Amino acid sequence: MQETSVPQAHVHAPPEGFIRKHVFSLDHKVIGKQYYGLALVAVFLGMALSWLMRLHLVWPNAKVPGLELLSKVGAPGGVMTPEYYLSLLTMHGTLMVFFVLTNAPFAAFGNYFLPIQIGAEDMAFPRFNMMSFWVTFTAFLVLITAFIIPDGPPIAGWTSYAPLSAVGKDAGPGMQFGESLWGLSIALFCIGSLLGALNFIATTLDLRAKGMTLMRMPISTWAWFITSCIALLAFAVLLPACILLVLDRHAGTSFFIPAGLVVSDRLQPHSGGSPLLWQHLFWFFGHPEVYIAILPSMGIVSHILINSMRKPLLSAKVVIYSMMSIGFLSYMVWGHHMFVSGMNPMSSLAFSFPTLTITIPATVMTLIWLGSLYGADIQINSASLFALGFISMFVSGGVSGFFLAQPSIDIYLHGTYFVVGHFHLVMGVASLFGVFAGTYFWFPKMSGRMMNDNLGKLHFLITFIGAYCIFMPFHYLGLVGNVRRYSSFVDDFMGPDLMSLHKFITISALITGAAQFIFLFNLIYSRFKGAPASDNPWNATTLEWSIPSPPPWNNFGDKHPIVYHDPYQYGVRGNKGDFVMQDSPEQSIVSGD
Amino acid sequence: MGKIFAVVLVIIALASAYPIISNKYAMPEDISTHGHLIDEQLHETMWEAGLSFLGAQLVLAYFVWVFTNRKAGSPLKTFPGGAKVMVIAAILFVGTEILALGVMGQKAWGSVYFTAPKPDALQVQAQAGQFAYYFRYPGADGKFGAIHPDKIDEGNQNYFGLDPANEVEARDDVVSGELVVPANREVQLLMHAKDVGHSFYVRELRIQQDFVPGLDLAIHFTATKVGKYEIICTQLCGLGHYNMKAYLNVMSPEDYDKWMKTQEAAQ
Repeated sequence: MQETSVPQAHVHAPPEGFIRKHVFSLDHKVIGKQYYGLALVAVFLGMALSWLMRLHLVWPNAKVPGLELLSKVGAPGGVMTPEYYLSLLTMHGTLMVFFVLTNAPFAAFGNYFLPIQIGAEDMAFPRFNMMSFWVTFTAFLVLITAFIIPDGPPIAGWTSYAPLSAVGKDAGPGMQFGESLWGLSIALFCIGSLLGALNFIATTLDLRAKGMTLMRMPISTWAWFITSCIALLAFAVLLPACILLVLDRHAGTSFFIPAGLVVSDRLQPHSGGSPLLWQHLFWFFGHPEVYIAILPSMGIVSHILINSMRKPLLSAKVVIYSMMSIGFLSYMVWGHHMFVSGMNPMSSLAFSFPTLTITIPATVMTLIWLGSLYGADIQINSASLFALGFISMFVSGGVSGFFLAQPSIDIYLHGTYFVVGHFHLVMGVASLFGVFAGTYFWFPKMSGRMMNDNLGKLHFLITFIGAYCIFMPFHYLGLVGNVRRYSSFVDDFMGPDLMSLHKFITISALITGAAQFIFLFNLIYSRFKGAPASDNPWNATTLEWSIPSPPPWNNFGDKHPIVYHDPYQYGVRGNKGDFVMQDSPEQSIVSGD
Repeated sequence: MGKIFAVVLVIIALASAYPIISNKYAMPEDISTHGHLIDEQLHETMWEAGLSFLGAQLVLAYFVWVFTNRKAGSPLKTFPGGAKVMVIAAILFVGTEILALGVMGQKAWGSVYFTAPKPDALQVQAQAGQFAYYFRYPGADGKFGAIHPDKIDEGNQNYFGLDPANEVEARDDVVSGELVVPANREVQLLMHAKDVGHSFYVRELRIQQDFVPGLDLAIHFTATKVGKYEIICTQLCGLGHYNMKAYLNVMSPEDYDKWMKTQEAAQ
């Protein structure tokens, strides 16, 4: 590996005027914040939808004040209809997976910190970068338009399985125009993500500062880089899939619709398509997407954990190689979403082994995190608590994957709440814990002010306990065979026992959701009234802490940083304390065991 | 706060494991001949996943308890053996687990999908449509009449689109809203989707299989216990999805014969 790469810093003039500074900005930091803001809006919207769904599940006839305003047809008199439940389910999943779990840990933090962490002035293609956000924003607008059209949002779920999603209005309310909006929105989202991924890759490879070899990049940057490579291949498949879906709906093609279907008493004028084709294309994207959501959080958490432990990981290299192998394996396992889909049962076994194999790098990483805690000097604050919480959630969500990776067990669990518990913990909660940790950690850099740590700890405690109270019982429901995607449980099988468990989940969800307003308050309050932050409040080593908080528009001023060290020189004797910064020319002396 | 985190984590880990250990939320009784293989597989996995879960959470809690708020000047230490031990442990333990579970699981999976149905298996066709199932028996001639999608007419109870006027095979087909099968006789279920994707899930049978439009599939099973069990749709199929279900009615062979005679007489 070459010791240095020549930085070809992109040079542009400082932005002038409100529009150029804050709206159509080329500055990667502003774009990062825009992504964060969009994710914040989406996550509260998605959470509100989950509240409505949880309420409906346990009190199906309850009147929710104001719900009628959202949809007169979907909630006449404030009481939700079964199809409106499915609309909310679809919108919740789509908002959370795309606009929150892809945007927040990857696009938001990646945009803001990847260039700074490698010592670059901006992204490789600032105009592409601006475009990627505004295309993503348009995708968001297109998606939520589905709430206000008369037909209402689609009801086919975030996976939009064909032919339900492909045959048009015969498939039910929301499947006329709402589903087309879904397809359009996701296609746009793919374009935005592809532009972003290309940009991340080019920036990482071309714009590193002098001395910033690949192995001297912080783990967070590695995670964003690996994620970009995954995203480039994954979204490149989902994009054509969405285009084909829209063509089936509007151009009379039959990619996903076979002959002889009678929907709503009408023989469909299609022939020759395959519903399984959609599933293959969708999950070829869909499984890597899980890692697009979780890998950045793994990187962020490692980055923060090292700082909080005041010593390096047992091996950063092993963590990086593990992330690479997870990224690689993520393309060989999509069929595990399709064990009961009617695909050849032989393929199920072929998909099962690589799925189980992913457990190895995941276990290696977990053991590295745990082993690194041994003998550390753990600093407890809001950021490190969420980082530690991440490990716990990742383990809890991961072990249930062990069941679902096996086709023979998936036969029983596939359509049940067990799956809901699994993916919410591992890709939802764990990934969001990474985002929370990142927010508490980097907020001082982004805003120049500290967040309130006591409020942060309170937020952590309620969220940590609450998330377990919500998602652990889902596994029990699944073991009993309680099915998911049902708006209410009309069958006599639902004993009173399971209903009380559902009530417990709903109440936990309301409380945990309410606790997120503590976070929101903290975020807004600290932005304006928080204690001023120094340039390096956490005594951290990487380049983002070598510049003012908040950073100037061109990050490093007129200087070009030079990197002398590995990213994590902690537990050493340096000029400023137990750490040596990456751009400090001083020799670091290991202070010994 | 580090110690609070550790205590909370221990409580959560133990509280999460308790309902599993006490078997409070057990799977419903297995009524199939292959189900015990799946149950054993799940049981085995529960042990391995459960121990990994508890082990990791408790170690995390312990380390956070011990290594926060340390006395000033306490030396940093490195885990004995370092990363190498972790990598070897992960590969050895998880690798063994994967092999064991993978090989065992193949047997359970194979018992459902890689065995051919017996020649005397009872053939029943299941059709799933928004939002009901219909089941069809071939009648005395042992042959199903062909499905003509354009002839489907639910108003006149022609759910399968049969053409008895022109096809002899269709005339004696028995159609039922309930899947009635004799106990201890193998059933081959021919699965046909009328409109969109649906699923056939009977918890007690330990069987779940999607109906794929345009792709007729077959599964087979043997129910061993007389009783009525729910068949539920687990593939999101539209607005009435939550209400799409039917019953599997397992009868003694004598009762089944009687039932079939009445049905045939009614055709």
